[in-house]
Amino acid sequence: MGEAKEKLYRVHLMVCAGTGCVSNRAFEIKEALEKEIKKRGLENEVMVVTTGCNGFCERGPLMVVQPGNIFYQMLTVKDIPYLVEEHLLKGRPVQKLMYQPPEEKKPVPVLSEINFFKKQVLVALRNRGLIDPEKIEDYIARDGYKALVKALTQMTPEEIIKEIQISGLRGRGGAGFPTGLKWQLVREAISPDGEKYLVCNGDEGDPGAFMDRSILEADPHSVIEGMLIGARAIGATKGFIYVRNEYPLAVKRVLIALDQAREYGLLGHDILGTGFDFDIRVVRGAGAFVCGEETALLASIEGRLGEPRPRPPYPAEKGLWGKPTCINNIETWANVPVIIDRGGKWFASIGTATSKGTKVFSLVGKINNTGLVEVPMGITLREIIYDIGGGIPGGKKFKAVQTGGPSGGCIPAELIDLPIDYESLTQAGSMMGSGGMVVMDEDTCMVDVARYFLSFTQDESCGKCTPCREGTKAMLDILTRITEGKGTEEDLILLEELAHTVKEASLCGLGKTAPNPVLTTLRYFRDEYITHIRDKKCPAHVCRQLNVYTIDPQICLEKGHGCDVCRRNCASEAILGAKGEAHRIDQSKCIKCGVCYDVCNFGAVKVE
Amino acid sequence: MPKLTIEELEKLREEARKTTFIREQSEFRAKINVHMGTCGLAAGARNILNAFLREIEKRGLTDVLLTTSGCAGLCSREPMATIEIVGQAPVKYVDLTEKKAQEIFEKHILGGEIVTAYALGIGSEKTDL
Repeated sequence: MGEAKEKLYRVHLMVCAGTGCVSNRAFEIKEALEKEIKKRGLENEVMVVTTGCNGFCERGPLMVVQPGNIFYQMLTVKDIPYLVEEHLLKGRPVQKLMYQPPEEKKPVPVLSEINFFKKQVLVALRNRGLIDPEKIEDYIARDGYKALVKALTQMTPEEIIKEIQISGLRGRGGAGFPTGLKWQLVREAISPDGEKYLVCNGDEGDPGAFMDRSILEADPHSVIEGMLIGARAIGATKGFIYVRNEYPLAVKRVLIALDQAREYGLLGHDILGTGFDFDIRVVRGAGAFVCGEETALLASIEGRLGEPRPRPPYPAEKGLWGKPTCINNIETWANVPVIIDRGGKWFASIGTATSKGTKVFSLVGKINNTGLVEVPMGITLREIIYDIGGGIPGGKKFKAVQTGGPSGGCIPAELIDLPIDYESLTQAGSMMGSGGMVVMDEDTCMVDVARYFLSFTQDESCGKCTPCREGTKAMLDILTRITEGKGTEEDLILLEELAHTVKEASLCGLGKTAPNPVLTTLRYFRDEYITHIRDKKCPAHVCRQLNVYTIDPQICLEKGHGCDVCRRNCASEAILGAKGEAHRIDQSKCIKCGVCYDVCNFGAVKVE
Repeated sequence: MPKLTIEELEKLREEARKTTFIREQSEFRAKINVHMGTCGLAAGARNILNAFLREIEKRGLTDVLLTTSGCAGLCSREPMATIEIVGQAPVKYVDLTEKKAQEIFEKHILGGEIVTAYALGIGSEKTDL
């Protein structure tokens, strides 16, 4: 800011600098581009812009050339000189660096024609790939802070709340509480000294989830503007953004954005000369999963131990320092400016009867197109997994999808045509959650998945209440026993009983939802538990303690000529046989580590 | 940077849009394509390109698309540019100089009048993939 007027360039190179692409060396690509552009004398014609996450993380590092919307992927520093000469100098887009769908013979040059992007509807991610998150002018050019002006000059606080209610927006953090109602409750709540607070929950902690992180990294002003509008609606003058310290890029970019907004007078005293005061402070969380729970988060902001407390009173009544407090998650805040700008009715026209608008999901696991997607509510799992996600790698069979992280559940392949909204996911035993979507294929053991998620929640349980502290531990013990082949059928009954007790009796959302992965896998994949218990077998061969490794002597001798690699790699000296002979495994010594299976180049080691 | 008033914010938005508009895939009223093959570059296509760019910048236009392409095949008449007012047939201009480029910009792009003195003919080679 404060620099001379921005120059007109004929080409903008939009280099993705989300966390995924940065880990793939996007900044090296950027440097190489700048160097080459200079070498070719293009520095007055071509501008390199770093943007937030483009979404198609699987294919990073990414770059989009504008105008033209030409999508380049899996770039390396070595590709850059050729790309600059061909595309930027001579105007010939480089086909070999474009995305080619596996089933097609020709690449798809234009971003909007790629299947991954086609079915997406961008509301919360409306500025995706179009702005530099570290430049407020870029946000302003894309109608940024226009909704704020409207909210400050043309609407009363009641009208703002009404508009949010009309939109049908519900909390994007997982539970789906109606946002407009929450705002109204906080507005009506009586504060002893008139002070009310606003909080942005950025304590995203589900394994495999990176929606909120990406929004804060890619478009921090959308969250700030949403909070400004919320503050006006509920009558708050102070706000907090609680973000994990292990999201360094998000912390850095939101701090830059706050400074810029303050400099322009969009935060602080007498905003835009309207007499409205509001400012935001960033609070860095230490990475405790339980701090995503609102009462624990508030305790953490106050400087106390991040532990939940019973509700009521809800934060809307008694929140930060006992004052009425409105807590919404990052994605919820990012939706607010668009709703005010385009109207609640417009927002409500997207989605289903009870779930309006769009939802951002991070699509991960056994899926071809890993990435960040925003889709209208009501889209089916099939569309997300096959049309957008490109299906399962290696032609494997789709088995289940885990939504809602450790609080959610596993939805089986039979329900692939399930429309995604708050209610249908809850009915299926899972939940919307903040939007993590972990895809699993036939090689996934569902008992092991339940064990993994429970080990996570057990680890993250704060220990304040007994059902969660002891219950998750007891459940984890049972699950571990089953995966080791030591489970009994009585264990299943006990497991279910424990799960229901923990769900009923825990103090906060962490404990109340921790049994969901266990309950859904029991509901949809009970036969897998039974196989583990009765037959002492893991159908997916994941639970290694249940595996029996043998060597096919014929294959070993004929194909591998007794190559001896397995014997040399076996740490427990369980493999017998000399070089040139067929090898075999001494089952009494085998510790089932699976190394022989992994190192055999001839497929002679069999697992049952 | 002083604190903004609402009017100043709107002004800032307009200013910012003058440079970021090309990121959006909006419709363009006119397209200028400068041929930048080796022959074009040797003949000075670079200066022609920059002349067009500065004309657009000077006027703050957001509806004129400036692109490049490879050799158009008539190397002896470079630098060349193809100009198309959307909805009309493209026109190829040859033997360009910066001065001619300015004149073409004013007459053809802004005025809608083909500068026949510098034009080779109507039509364009296929540049799509």
